Amino acid sequence: MARTFLSWPVLRQLRSPDKLGRGTAVRSRQTDELAARTEAADRVAKSVCPYCAVGCAQNVYVKDEQVIQIEGDPDSPVNRGRLCPKGSASKNLVTSPLRQTTVKYRAPYATEWTDLELGTAMEMIADRVVKARNDTWQDIDDRGSRVRRTLGIASLGGATLDNEENYLIKKLFTAMGAIQIENQARI
Amino acid sequence: MAEAHPVGFQWVMEAKARGAKVIHVDPRFTRTSALADSYVPIRAGSDIAFLGGIVNYVLANELDFREYVVNYTNAATLVSEDFQDTDDLDGLFSGYDPETRTYDPTSWQYAGAESEGDEEQDHEMQRETASALQHESHGSGVEAHPPRDETLQDPRCVYQILKRHYARYTPEMVARTCGVSEEQFLEVCQAWTENSTPDRTTALVYSVGWTQHSVGVQYIRTGAILQLLLGNMGRPGGGVMALRGHASIQGSTDIPTLFNLLPGYLPMPNAKDHQSLEQWIEAISQPGSKGFWANASAYAINLLKAYFGEAATSENDFCFDYLPKITGDHGTYSTVLDMIDGKVKGYFLLGQNPAVGSAHGRAQRLGMANLDWLVVRDLFEIESATFWKSSPEVATGEIVPEECRTEVFLLPAASHVEKEGTFTQTQRMLQWRQKAVDPPGDCRSELWFFYHLGRMVKERYADSTDARDVPVQQLAWDYPTHGPHREPSAEAVLKEINGYEVESGRPLSAFTEMKADGSTLGGCWIYTGVFKDGVNQAARRKPAREQSLVAPEWGWAWPANRRLLYNRASADPDGKPWSERKAYVWWDEATGEWTGLDVPDFEKTKPPSYEPPEDADGVAALAGNDPFIMQGDGKGALYVPRGLIDGPMPTHYEPGESPFGNPLYAQQANPTSKVYLRPDNPMNPSPPQHSDVYPYVFTTSRLTEHHTAGGMSRFVARLAELQPEMFIEVSPELARERGLEAGGWATIVTSRSAIEARVLVTDRLTPLKVEGRTVHQVWLPYHWGEGGLVTGDSANDLIGINLDPNVLIQESKVGTCDVRPGRRPTGPALRQLVRDYLEETQR
Repeated sequence: MARTFLSWPVLRQLRSPDKLGRGTAVRSRQTDELAARTEAADRVAKSVCPYCAVGCAQNVYVKDEQVIQIEGDPDSPVNRGRLCPKGSASKNLVTSPLRQTTVKYRAPYATEWTDLELGTAMEMIADRVVKARNDTWQDIDDRGSRVRRTLGIASLGGATLDNEENYLIKKLFTAMGAIQIENQARI
Repeated sequence: MAEAHPVGFQWVMEAKARGAKVIHVDPRFTRTSALADSYVPIRAGSDIAFLGGIVNYVLANELDFREYVVNYTNAATLVSEDFQDTDDLDGLFSGYDPETRTYDPTSWQYAGAESEGDEEQDHEMQRETASALQHESHGSGVEAHPPRDETLQDPRCVYQILKRHYARYTPEMVARTCGVSEEQFLEVCQAWTENSTPDRTTALVYSVGWTQHSVGVQYIRTGAILQLLLGNMGRPGGGVMALRGHASIQGSTDIPTLFNLLPGYLPMPNAKDHQSLEQWIEAISQPGSKGFWANASAYAINLLKAYFGEAATSENDFCFDYLPKITGDHGTYSTVLDMIDGKVKGYFLLGQNPAVGSAHGRAQRLGMANLDWLVVRDLFEIESATFWKSSPEVATGEIVPEECRTEVFLLPAASHVEKEGTFTQTQRMLQWRQKAVDPPGDCRSELWFFYHLGRMVKERYADSTDARDVPVQQLAWDYPTHGPHREPSAEAVLKEINGYEVESGRPLSAFTEMKADGSTLGGCWIYTGVFKDGVNQAARRKPAREQSLVAPEWGWAWPANRRLLYNRASADPDGKPWSERKAYVWWDEATGEWTGLDVPDFEKTKPPSYEPPEDADGVAALAGNDPFIMQGDGKGALYVPRGLIDGPMPTHYEPGESPFGNPLYAQQANPTSKVYLRPDNPMNPSPPQHSDVYPYVFTTSRLTEHHTAGGMSRFVARLAELQPEMFIEVSPELARERGLEAGGWATIVTSRSAIEARVLVTDRLTPLKVEGRTVHQVWLPYHWGEGGLVTGDSANDLIGINLDPNVLIQESKVGTCDVRPGRRPTGPALRQLVRDYLEETQR
């Protein structure tokens, strides 16, 4: 539509059948050229909201290897496309500039964080796990029962994680003899 | 529900639009109340009195669903002559030992089974190990064929015992105890019973604040009793529905990161009773009981085989000996107190923020400040990672950074869109997530972290000749990896969880295919079938509009893709639907099998008329009218002879901290609650002590715009903007009484700590008349800490450690406090204020 005096929306509204100005009278080229950013996505991943346990399905829209939008999946029998304020903010959660993306390390008695390579951190953690296990190992408890365990290593958390992750966590700790393994279900 | 599970609440609104009546019972008027047909304000901590009152209403007026109750519950079962009720003993059941604060449940048993209670049940040990949690899918292991009186007239039958037990829970008593008017209480009774018929069902929905009481398990038991009496279990539109609060908190209970459980609700072996594979399996399968736990040997051996692979053989009892043994309470709260006492060296925090989210925040942080090392894996720099530099204890001088030795590693985690895997939502449904993008920088999944940590620990022990290191050496830990970071395959792990034939690798389709001879392995028997036919069933996404209302082809629900548990009860004893309108699963005479809208929760070809032979046990002992197939007697439990620490029937006790004496019995609070008597865990006094020092009742809950301890919401700009500040809701009456100004500050004080919050004066909180006097309740959200975009004090700092004896969950939904105008003191003066209050209680 060429832009003339007559294409002024109020005049179009008065001249056309769209007297309430809720249809054609208020459309412009700009309106017609608008497209949802989801349309430009390279791909859509089928996902699930990470907050509460209702289990709302999400469509995660990706462009240039970046998450550009997260919406409720209309196919889901759980949420039929809807999300609550938290689920709607989950793109903000995953793309937040406040996210930690490097390892931070606080040495004993230090007053500030320092940086650490991930590989170095993993080696240090593995060393500490082995040492704590060796230092606190119990073959028998104080009543003389066979226990084969350590009470020197504890872990907390799991309800925000995947089943596969919880499975490996419990499997590894159990084989190492660590038993104080807990998660949000206890609170 | 509208507040914390808003998208789930849309279905309540759909039901309302179709004529359902919605009743909301809560200490505070919320967004749920605003949309309900009626709102019932209640005193926090009085739910057993309220629901017990409805049970009394049902039994006194004989409004129970009699055919359902006689056939499907243990109402007809006779209980031992030795059993004495709380009516006889003023709030205690028979068998109480004040020394250990536990019961000897021998006298609670079914008639003729008294001897079994004694030897198999050590309640002190069971409390220590939160043994009731394993009953999530377990049921109580009662014997298969107890004596019954189907006329329900025998004074020793469960029905009559229940009737006597709740007789004192009259409408007048409910009004006096709960602060609910008799009129409003009777309105709830009528609505509930009138809507529970062959043609109609009533759903009971709770959020897991219900579990956070010293009698939390018994709250839920009371709801279950009521729903069984009214025939609402196993039927569409009925049930007791727990709204859980984390994306996979159900999954992390099924495949537990919990001290007392192994996958599929197998108990962690304890040193006293389970020194051999045989003893352990017998304790689970309970020979002589009915039901599917009889096959526990297959479930247990498949797990051991999944853990230790080729090393696990029938000759070495499948490496049972490699499992560490528990000896008591190793729960998160006792572990934190152990940290304060210097017994714990290292601690992993995996997406959990106990500095804000766990009860008694000060104890949490002091514990972390006394470790050798702490590994925090999270998306953000949460308070649990910064306790050494910015916690309230740094302000009070209790933690001095230069003197705090804890080494802290903060490792960035991958988000839900940066890894693939399954969540299990609150109705036991698994949904597979596809990975959308790679995690940024050093962010990694827990799968990556634990796989590589395990690999590195195995490397360090590779050459060890010490017997203690053999379980690590023999741990089956070969998972295929991919990509530059060597990410392990989540699908390979899910296949192991599902289980497969060892030789062929063929995935198992059902847990009934599991063998106890080592020829199959599977990491979590209740999840077997999620990889049925070699297909990831959890990844199914058939649109809802293209399938039935049950939507069986969206994701996968355990067990066996059943969407409604115990659904045999949706048909009458003859296998016919109770009504046309409520038809769900029924017996098809022509084909000789159970059929319907869902996967029948019953042996497919066992007819409703089936009577098991006298000597049968296990699955074969289930009769055609035993819908509760995980229970030892096949019946829904109105009365629980074994498995609960604090009694076979729910009884009203006051919360651990209350301004009132117990109106029903001399016994004030749960006589078996798990307490930790130590100076760093003081409790506020209740009557007859000086309860007036902390005169108000407080409760906490969530806001729509935040999530738990705020680790996933206070760092998110949109959510922080929507709810920017910690506040306390008080009634106009209390605001006047204490001089609190709207928009001003209030300080809330308990014997643990004092916090400050902005004052919101609102009639969402109603002063209640309890025991003839007015009680003020205040409400606090618990999302804030000192980190994130919006900061504030943590409500959990107010709460002490006092636990439900069955599951060791803390009483954090009710306590007492004082509320005073103005901000709290800072620095050491804060501790002085808390001490001054405590001294006042000792005057």
